[in-house]
Amino acid sequence: MLIRNLSKIALTAIVLTLAGCSGGVLDPKGQVGVEEKWLIIICTLLMLIVVIPVIVLTLYFAWKYRASRDFEVYTPKWAHSTKIEAAVWSIPVLIIIVLGVITWKSTHALDPYKPLEGKGEHMTVEVVSLNWKWLFIYPEQGIATVNELVFPADKPVAFKITSEGTMNSFFIPQLGSQIYSMAGMETKLHLIADEPGTFMGISANYSGSGFTGMEFDAIATPTEGDFDAWVEKVKQQGGELDMAQYNALAKPTERHPVTYFADVEDNLFHTIIMRFMKDHGDMSYYSKPNNAVQGHHEGAKKSSSHSGAHEDGAKE
Amino acid sequence: MSFLGKLSIEAVPYHDPIIMTTLTVVAILGITLAVLITKYDKWGVLWNDWITSIDHKRLGVMYIILALIMLLRGFADAIMMRSQLALATNGAEGYLPPEHYDQIFTAHGVIMIIFMAMPFMIGLMNIIVPLQVGARDVAFPFLNNLSFWMTAGGAILINLSLGLGEFAQTGWVAYPPLSGLQYSPGVGVDYYIWALQISGLGTLLTAVNFLVTVFKMRAPGMKLMQMPIFTWTCTWANILIAASFPILTAVLAMLTLDRYLDFHFFTNEAGGNSMMYINLFWAWGHPEVYILVLPAFGIFSEIISTFTAKRLFGYKSMVYASGAIAILGFIVWLHHFFTMGSSANVNAFFGIMTMIIAVPTGVKLFNWIFTIYRGRLIIGTPILWSIGFIVTFTIGGMTGVLLAIPGADYVLHNSLFLIAHFHNTIIGGAVFGYLAGFVYWFPKAMGFKLDEQWGKRAFWCWQIGFLLAFMPLYVLGFLGMTRRLNSTNNPDWNIWLYIAAFGAVVIAFGILFQLIQLVVSFMNREALDDKTGDPWNGHTLEWSTASPPQFYNFAKIPHVSDIDTWTDMKEKGEAYQEYDKYAPIHMPKNTPAGVLISGSLTVFCFAMIWHIWWLAIVGLVGGIGFYIMRCYTKDVDYYVQPDEIKRIEDEHINNASKEVQA
Repeated sequence: MLIRNLSKIALTAIVLTLAGCSGGVLDPKGQVGVEEKWLIIICTLLMLIVVIPVIVLTLYFAWKYRASRDFEVYTPKWAHSTKIEAAVWSIPVLIIIVLGVITWKSTHALDPYKPLEGKGEHMTVEVVSLNWKWLFIYPEQGIATVNELVFPADKPVAFKITSEGTMNSFFIPQLGSQIYSMAGMETKLHLIADEPGTFMGISANYSGSGFTGMEFDAIATPTEGDFDAWVEKVKQQGGELDMAQYNALAKPTERHPVTYFADVEDNLFHTIIMRFMKDHGDMSYYSKPNNAVQGHHEGAKKSSSHSGAHEDGAKE
Repeated sequence: MSFLGKLSIEAVPYHDPIIMTTLTVVAILGITLAVLITKYDKWGVLWNDWITSIDHKRLGVMYIILALIMLLRGFADAIMMRSQLALATNGAEGYLPPEHYDQIFTAHGVIMIIFMAMPFMIGLMNIIVPLQVGARDVAFPFLNNLSFWMTAGGAILINLSLGLGEFAQTGWVAYPPLSGLQYSPGVGVDYYIWALQISGLGTLLTAVNFLVTVFKMRAPGMKLMQMPIFTWTCTWANILIAASFPILTAVLAMLTLDRYLDFHFFTNEAGGNSMMYINLFWAWGHPEVYILVLPAFGIFSEIISTFTAKRLFGYKSMVYASGAIAILGFIVWLHHFFTMGSSANVNAFFGIMTMIIAVPTGVKLFNWIFTIYRGRLIIGTPILWSIGFIVTFTIGGMTGVLLAIPGADYVLHNSLFLIAHFHNTIIGGAVFGYLAGFVYWFPKAMGFKLDEQWGKRAFWCWQIGFLLAFMPLYVLGFLGMTRRLNSTNNPDWNIWLYIAAFGAVVIAFGILFQLIQLVVSFMNREALDDKTGDPWNGHTLEWSTASPPQFYNFAKIPHVSDIDTWTDMKEKGEAYQEYDKYAPIHMPKNTPAGVLISGSLTVFCFAMIWHIWWLAIVGLVGGIGFYIMRCYTKDVDYYVQPDEIKRIEDEHINNASKEVQA
């Protein structure tokens, strides 16, 4: 049948592409992405246990019991069989139980808020989505960049993410998970690059007319030394970033060139998040700048031991 | 503020050749239609027999006409998107600037879901459900007319946005803060709000109407567990509508307050939070997709059991499975935003709830398969759609379960993989179902069958076009392409974008062949005539009436003692019975109140969009005024006399028995 041949061609095409595809989520370059790739593959195979028989049986029965084959058994009143009913309820149930266990475990293992285990100390990058560009603040290095994200390979990175206005989604497909950026709130994401390289970074949530151009390069340097050299370069070339300059930067632009800032105002990220709260006094632990600055390690530890911390972070 | 609010001549996009050409074509078609109606003197017929009609069958036909027109509009948007993305590769800009492109994908989503799929589903339900339960009309016939005109009012508003002002540039979900005043100061989001609001109200009223109909107006003897399966799935869908549409109404009302009166429910100033909107939107939005697909499941069940000349396998399982899908569909909304930062426990819970839906859905698939087992399957067009559905929908279901796993969703969320998935379920599930139902019930509604040959051609174009258009999107999703991009710059993606665009062209031929099918069948209507009222040897009561059915549906309300009532009656020899005497039938009179009320409310919505406050007051007062007038109208019903019933019934039975003998 035409349709079967076509789906075969499509299937072969897909398999070939997936095998040779580069730059996508099936070509991961970081631990998180690798785990997610295998999760996708294993779950797909599990589901095919039901999907393939359904498709084959449908086409086979449609062929076998078509009206012109009137020598086949015909039972017009047969409409119930406890055995078949038990089977058709229990087979999907079994598969979903297996998938459910996998889901529960993998969701906890891949929790974007959880620091990566056994990878050592995380480096912090604060991410702000602006219309239509990305601002990366490096609180430990005291620098900031626009549309270029640099970190050493093999070094886990803790991202703290917020937005100036519209909602975006911070996503580097080859490294794994994405998380929304939302104004007035902080979300978190932990990623690592297992090998050096330059990866495509995007916004995965539509945010207006300049959204398509919200791309950035995520560069994993071969060594920490290379990263330090890059930091030095930013410090030499970069200008100042205080609140006034931030506000100027926040004006909508499209395909903003890579920009460096050497001298970043203290607690800029915190100020950006808390600007809606300035008339409302202290709101919580994170509203105190001191806690917010050193809070990322503690906060990260907290969220791994106690998932309720997420909501606290998000509500801010 | 001027007399016309924000409205001025500047609102007409006369500098945009694409829009102006479209408007010209629409205007020419409209004028041609008006001239034809005048020439054949049909304005009276149009007004008396259609616009003011409260006959559920005619309203159903009007719903489907609306759906088909909107299908053309929504599909034109789709072709523009696919061609833009096929042209705008390697850094090229394509032919659509972002402001225009962003309106197109927003309009495509809203139109296809709210103004194509919903009216199509409600249209089929309107024509068939009262017939299947053996009722003479719905519980509230006038309300039914009002519901239709509210939906039509919404459709008029969204199409006005093409030539007056702009439509939303937010995506069909219109998340704040992007849909707030700060980032969308124009009238686009206001068009979105008011078009959805007025049509949503119509949909809610329809659901109430049909729930009362099936609970209170079933033929004597018909237990709930003997209702035809299509009626059951519609009932579950109506329960979902009644439960979820008020959420949409509320969330749109809050967005309205945000935009008109600075309330900040959903924007950070004054402590608002956009996450509330996202939660509420999907608390409606997720049930909405089950509202679309459940009736389609019912259609496939009817068609498969009719075309295998066999009872439906596992009727009870089917009813319970539909109920399970309906209830579970209400507690999975969070899977639309696993990436918003909820804790692992919350994400895992909603992920697992979502995949549990695969169980009742899987049961349904197996039950269809075992209905075919040991049957005598006639491969007509409705069956092609059904088998095409099972194959495509199974793939869509599988990718859906994959997306329900938070760990997988973290990389696939918002990618073209997601787009492929939901088109796989909505086209391969809901739309294939409606198109199958369209062919299946067309003779019932219009009195003649549709041409099989053109129907099959249309199916193959749809099926192959669908695979070509959407399978590449799965690949693109894996390659990291996110949705709503207006151009790309990645050579690896190009080939898949070209294939997808080609697939859309193939689907366009499918639609063209369906239009040809309609014309060819109309020309050949004598040969395709259905005199028996039962062209497929059907199982349920709608096939006991003439085609098209008598305006009062049933001269004598049948007594029901089986799920497949009509088969049962045929076997017992109770079909086509002649009676000497009939009792007079109490019928409602047509009324212009529905179109007047909804017309006024549409004017109100239009005035609100453009801030023409005086006109808004006129529209609102008009709507309420016409409603009060209707409440005080006493002349709302009449009796069909026995001799007229006798004449109509004898003619039907005479025709039918001639055909049956032949």
